[in-house]
Amino acid sequence: MIPLHWYLILSSVIFSIGLIGFIIRRDLIVMLMCLELMFNAVNITFVTFSAFNGNMTGQIFAIFSIGIAASEAAIGLAIVLAIFRNMAIVHSDDIKNLRG
Amino acid sequence: MEKYYILILLFPLAGFLFNILIGRFVNTKIVSWVGVLSILGSLIFSLYAISDVFSGKIIEYNAYTWFLSGDLKISFGYLIDQLTAVMLFVVCFVGWLIHIYSVGYMHGDPGYARYFAYLNLFVFSMLMLVMGNNLVMLYFGWEAVGLCSYFLIGFWYEKKSASDAGKKAFIVNRIGDFGFALGIFLLFINVYALNYTDIFPKIPGLQGQTINLLGWNVDLITLIALLLFCGAVGKSAQIPLYVWLPDAMEGPTPVSALIHAATMVTAGVFMVARLNPLYGLSETALAVVGIIGGVTSFYAATIGLVQRDMKRIIAYSTISQIGYMFVGCGVAAYGAGVFHLYTHAFFKALLFMGAGSVMHAMAGELDIYKMGGLKKKMPITYITFLIAALTISGIPGLSGFFSKDEILWFSYASGKPYGKFLWLLGTITACMTAFYTFRILFVAFHGKFRGTEEEFKHVHESPKIMTIPLIILAIGSVLVGYFSVPHFLEPVVGEPKIAVPHEKETFVMIMSIIAGIAGIAIAWFMYILKPDIPGKLTKAFSGIFKILWNKYYVDEIYNFLFVRPTLWIARNIVEAVTDKRIIEGIVNGIPKLCYNIGSLVRNIQTGQLQQYAIFMILGIFIIVFIILSV
Repeated sequence: MIPLHWYLILSSVIFSIGLIGFIIRRDLIVMLMCLELMFNAVNITFVTFSAFNGNMTGQIFAIFSIGIAASEAAIGLAIVLAIFRNMAIVHSDDIKNLRG
Repeated sequence: MEKYYILILLFPLAGFLFNILIGRFVNTKIVSWVGVLSILGSLIFSLYAISDVFSGKIIEYNAYTWFLSGDLKISFGYLIDQLTAVMLFVVCFVGWLIHIYSVGYMHGDPGYARYFAYLNLFVFSMLMLVMGNNLVMLYFGWEAVGLCSYFLIGFWYEKKSASDAGKKAFIVNRIGDFGFALGIFLLFINVYALNYTDIFPKIPGLQGQTINLLGWNVDLITLIALLLFCGAVGKSAQIPLYVWLPDAMEGPTPVSALIHAATMVTAGVFMVARLNPLYGLSETALAVVGIIGGVTSFYAATIGLVQRDMKRIIAYSTISQIGYMFVGCGVAAYGAGVFHLYTHAFFKALLFMGAGSVMHAMAGELDIYKMGGLKKKMPITYITFLIAALTISGIPGLSGFFSKDEILWFSYASGKPYGKFLWLLGTITACMTAFYTFRILFVAFHGKFRGTEEEFKHVHESPKIMTIPLIILAIGSVLVGYFSVPHFLEPVVGEPKIAVPHEKETFVMIMSIIAGIAGIAIAWFMYILKPDIPGKLTKAFSGIFKILWNKYYVDEIYNFLFVRPTLWIARNIVEAVTDKRIIEGIVNGIPKLCYNIGSLVRNIQTGQLQQYAIFMILGIFIIVFIILSV
């Protein structure tokens, strides 16, 4: 059986890739994709602990999380689409209207 | 019946509310009916009250509790005794006639409803002042009449001089009222009562007590009496606070007749008479009252000798006559003082209304040297003015003679060290009074008209609504003296002491008659027989004339001593430092502080999504670090 820390290492690697991608990439679509990576890294952790503890709660949690991620992706894409239609930009640097 | 006497107060109040709230939307006829009828209602009920007093009843009735604080209970109640009865008659009857006269005088004025509203409010306040059974109601009425006086002096507020005069009257009155309020406080903390009937028995107990005032031990009763008299000095226009009254002539003439002759300005005399148990116990306070009254009466009369403005001469005459009343009070002959108040209300209102009638005919002209020969054109005004002039001069048989003679006799006979001095001043003043009153009469009504032919054509007798009140007041001026007020008031104010034999009374009487007739004769000689004499006299005594003409420069002196320093402090300290620096500093400083903090903090909000993400992650790191390190 594969030991626990392998799963956790995998999960944190994916999470870090997502996080760094979210911070350094300027393309809104890519940023959304990075968000999905972070979500799924967390899901892996949930499922892993669930399997190792023999407790189903973590897996149910992961399913919920996937559902929320789906709806979040739908809304996120809709926002990106709306920004693109109105301002013809997809780069986060150019969206500064909320500056204080 | 007792409880219905509160209607005496409520009628004018209702008239005021009607005229101020809906008066301007309705026909002026309705406004005048409401104004006049409300005072008539008060008059009828006060006549009932007076008849009760005549039948020997003293009415004291507490309508309701006004306010309650701990064991201090102040009730809204009234006390109608002999003194109040006299005042009620004066206020309601003269007030009612002046309301009727106003209907004609104010005809066509754009502020007609406002005028009647204020006039009704004034009558309400004055009635509250005289009817109240405690010092709080007295004070309320005292302040409210001052407020109405301010409204009515500045009635034509578009005119700068009128609004200034209103402010002057209000501010000068405030100075006096400050002392008045202190007097009430001091009396209250020492007797712990506010109702007259509770206060009076306790006053003898204060005798001999002293109070430490800036290191001096002052007799308590004297101090209270003098502080209260401060208010009287302001309200009744005595030296040194008389300066507002001549300026108050900027108001409509019926106002001058009602407020600045018959009622409000005599409130001080009423107050001293009402609190006579207090004043009677302090020789010093009485001396101050008497001497201020005597000196004022003499002083104001000298100014009146040379003025040319008809209403101002009468105004100075009012100051002088109120001085007389205080002379009466000052020699403990309160009855005589109130008697003069009562007769004065009639003949002085009549003089003012006569002046108003002349103004009406002359398109607002007041300079007597622009008039002349009005006798034929305005016979009713002339005759009533003549009666008033004879009355104020103290011609035997007319009311002014009785009251003036009472005051002079009691000051002569009082046995007080200053009594004879006051009598002498009073007799000389009587001569001057007759002179300046007849000067108006001879210059304005006799001789030849001094204006153009065209102007003379416009001169006309006033309408009936104005002349009928004049006639009634003229009849009143003749007759009211036959009712002996001092005798009537004896239950309230006691009988004045007489220290010289009664035979001397004839001497005093003859002296006052001689003084009056001499004044008239001099005026007749100077203005009818030898019209060139006044001019020569003016040249010969140009120094004295100039001082009198400029009213002893008192306004200028006050301006220099008080007004300008106050304005300087207001501009350079209150405005520049307190207002601009401190208050505006605080008010503007708080928003400025918020703005500056905001400017600092807003730099974080760059609008860049990824920066926010970095901050979030840093935050999470910090939280995790804290959790792990614990």
